[in-house]
Amino acid sequence: MENSFIKALAGIVGAPNTLTDPESLACYGYDSTPELQSRPGAVLLPGSAEEISQVMALCHEAGVRVTPRGSGTNLSGGSISFDAGVVLQTSRLNRILEIDEENLTATVETGVITSALHREVEAKGLFYPPDPGSMNISTMGGNVAENSGGLRGLKYGVTDDYVMGLKTVLADGDLLKTGGKVVKDVAGYNLNQLLVSSEGTLGIFTEITVKLIPKPVAKKTMLVHFPQLEQAALTVSHIIAARIIPATLEFLDRVTIKCVEDYAHVGLPLDVDAVLLIEVDGHPAQVEEDAAGIREICERHHCSFFQTAAGPEEALKLATARRVALSALARMRPTTILEDATVPRSCIAPMVKLIQDTARKYDLLIGTFGHAGDGNLHPTCLTDERNPDEISRAHKAFGEIFEATIAMGGTITGEHGVGVAKKKYLPKLVGESGLRVMRGIKGALDPKGILNPGKIFSLTSD
Amino acid sequence: MDYVKLINCMRCGMCLPHCPTYKETFLETASPRGRVALVRKLQEGELVESEKFLEYVSLCLDCQACASACPCGVNAGELVAEFRCESKKEKGLSMMEDLVLRKLVPHPDRLEAATAPLRLYQKTGLQQVVRSLGLLKLFPEALGRMEGLLPKLPDAPLRQTISEVTPAAGKEKGTAGFFLGCVMSLIFSEASLATVQLLSTLGYRVVTPKAQKCCGAPNMLGHDLDGLKEAASFNTDLFDSFDLDFVVTDCGGCGAELKKYGQHLDGERKAEEFSASVRDISEVLFAESEALAAKLKPLPLKVTYHDPCHIAHCQGIRSQPRALIKLIPGIDFRELPEADACCGSAGTYNIEKPEMADLVLSRKVQNVQKTGAEYLVTSNPGCLLQLKKALSEAEPQVRVIHLTELLQMSMNA
Repeated sequence: MENSFIKALAGIVGAPNTLTDPESLACYGYDSTPELQSRPGAVLLPGSAEEISQVMALCHEAGVRVTPRGSGTNLSGGSISFDAGVVLQTSRLNRILEIDEENLTATVETGVITSALHREVEAKGLFYPPDPGSMNISTMGGNVAENSGGLRGLKYGVTDDYVMGLKTVLADGDLLKTGGKVVKDVAGYNLNQLLVSSEGTLGIFTEITVKLIPKPVAKKTMLVHFPQLEQAALTVSHIIAARIIPATLEFLDRVTIKCVEDYAHVGLPLDVDAVLLIEVDGHPAQVEEDAAGIREICERHHCSFFQTAAGPEEALKLATARRVALSALARMRPTTILEDATVPRSCIAPMVKLIQDTARKYDLLIGTFGHAGDGNLHPTCLTDERNPDEISRAHKAFGEIFEATIAMGGTITGEHGVGVAKKKYLPKLVGESGLRVMRGIKGALDPKGILNPGKIFSLTSD
Repeated sequence: MDYVKLINCMRCGMCLPHCPTYKETFLETASPRGRVALVRKLQEGELVESEKFLEYVSLCLDCQACASACPCGVNAGELVAEFRCESKKEKGLSMMEDLVLRKLVPHPDRLEAATAPLRLYQKTGLQQVVRSLGLLKLFPEALGRMEGLLPKLPDAPLRQTISEVTPAAGKEKGTAGFFLGCVMSLIFSEASLATVQLLSTLGYRVVTPKAQKCCGAPNMLGHDLDGLKEAASFNTDLFDSFDLDFVVTDCGGCGAELKKYGQHLDGERKAEEFSASVRDISEVLFAESEALAAKLKPLPLKVTYHDPCHIAHCQGIRSQPRALIKLIPGIDFRELPEADACCGSAGTYNIEKPEMADLVLSRKVQNVQKTGAEYLVTSNPGCLLQLKKALSEAEPQVRVIHLTELLQMSMNA
């Protein structure tokens, strides 16, 4: 990147917020995605929407590419700049602007950390349900761009279901305002929804207005052991079929259970195929009724043990197994490849079985845990990046797992986004017409293709 | 340095919200994940050890909050400390580091002699004069900051005045070896006396070996590994020569270091056993909760607790100090927001990196203000020094005391 151009950028955001030293560039060449690595041309930390707008106008004029980034917790390579462009980190825009108790909305700047919003709204007896695993550090802007999910997705939906309004800087620096505080709004195309999950390719959010709901008053947590995988999976489908919608319905397979037990000693059984962590919340009477219904279904499907937490402390203890799943797996081997295959809920059993068979076929250690209630599984492959043969087998295995996911009517990503990691699977999922529409939208909003280039799909059909 | 430890980092970012310097800067290079990446890239030959590189790496407070947060078991703080150590070995220490970390602090006699003029300085009222005339501005900045941190010193270091054996009050149920930290003995002798009194009241005979040396933490900081081993070996033998049930300390930093003697002496059995016998005072008192509760009298105070890094992150002790405070009848305990975040003291960090230390400290002070507490309790001398100074300026009505002092207050109420 030319010195004069960097000077011009520094003129907008200030010299201390313009980084070009090799150390900084090296540290902004990765996010949480394994194996991916690059080196941007410059890193900017703007302090306002106005500065972002000016930066974009300048970059648009010069044809310089811009990759937006929050805390860099992306798992599909979406916040890595793969050419010598600009990485634009939004962390300094971190104010909670308003919690509107009359309209039940919150308006935040894009760099606000998700759990910080949780804390503020819950202090007022309100609730912002999306709770991605990275919520203690991921930014709201990143959550919206990736349409993040979380453990409460089954009952409460994902980020998309809560975004009411956005302020977005477009590729040319123009400011676009979409949606707002109105609950009903059908004026024109739903641009708000279009921008959610656009993975930073259509614009950079500066302000986000989300819907809040009342905080559920009661909660019950259960941990259930299943000697047979099929029975655990059937239980998931039958709970849903019985019209009971738990807030959380999480799954851990045998490999994960063993790792969790080895690491955390929480008293999990080592002779079962699966455990389910189930949480119901809402009105106390409803919670009691749902919990009783769930127990009946679990017992009908031959669970070997059914445990209900007596109080919040015990609930936390039960949930520990699920909470430490990633930790436990990640400590096993140096390189953790965490994937995101999502199938219709009726396909959980065949999917988990297929993952286990594929792991055996390629001689890999894959543990599967995830949000069984919404079909979103995280097969996690434990490898060593210094072993190219093992890494290549891991890629082959995931190739087959994603093929099967699509064949089952599932999707290649439930909450991590396509980014670059899943790009090659997208054409199979959305087809030629899907790609044509997406390319058309991209071309209309970012004609020079400077916003987060190379992500989701290629601009040309080569 | 072990390359595997570096590649174990999966870059998930879970450490970022726990890192005091990341929270202030939002810079990847000032985060644990970033520091691991920097050291890794240096090893891989992608970066060189430039001045900027060392500046980034030296911004780490080594509070080890990142280690507590890491899913993969990577200890970024320790990796960085190890790197700095290796780097210093090649480059040598600065004069200041050499003086403080190697020549002064590890030797209790020298340290006590060196602080004698300070006692005089305070006693004669000279300190008052110097401070009121603003003469500190004439000193080099680092010295000025050191002087500014000093609270009123006791008349003599505790190591010199305490009797080697303090008998148990009432029926004796065991013997505790007391490890006196240098700063505790020099400056916070009242807290250490409270520690001894509590132990004695609970039925322990307390042996305080006069010959004990520094725990060795400053040697580690100064990359004097031989000195560290020497201290570990000396203290192990010394305490071993008494018939002790356990060794107790009321200094978080010493406790963390003593618990690593086994590791420092390459798994030597005697050292392993010594390390296994070391307890922080809160661990001992917590185990004696029932007996202690019977002796505590009501204190109607609003109290909050700051977790020292060396207690919470290095020793994993979090619930015991809180439980002990809540044992006191009438206490209104208020949890401190971000209680286990570093206060910015971090050894000599507050002198070497004053700007960052001040940012980290002012966040701590704001959090203390949010609690509305009248007493801030903690249990590490570095934190006590730093927080006493900061709060005497920002919130003079808040008293900063050691955990054992609070318990003693309740006992003597």
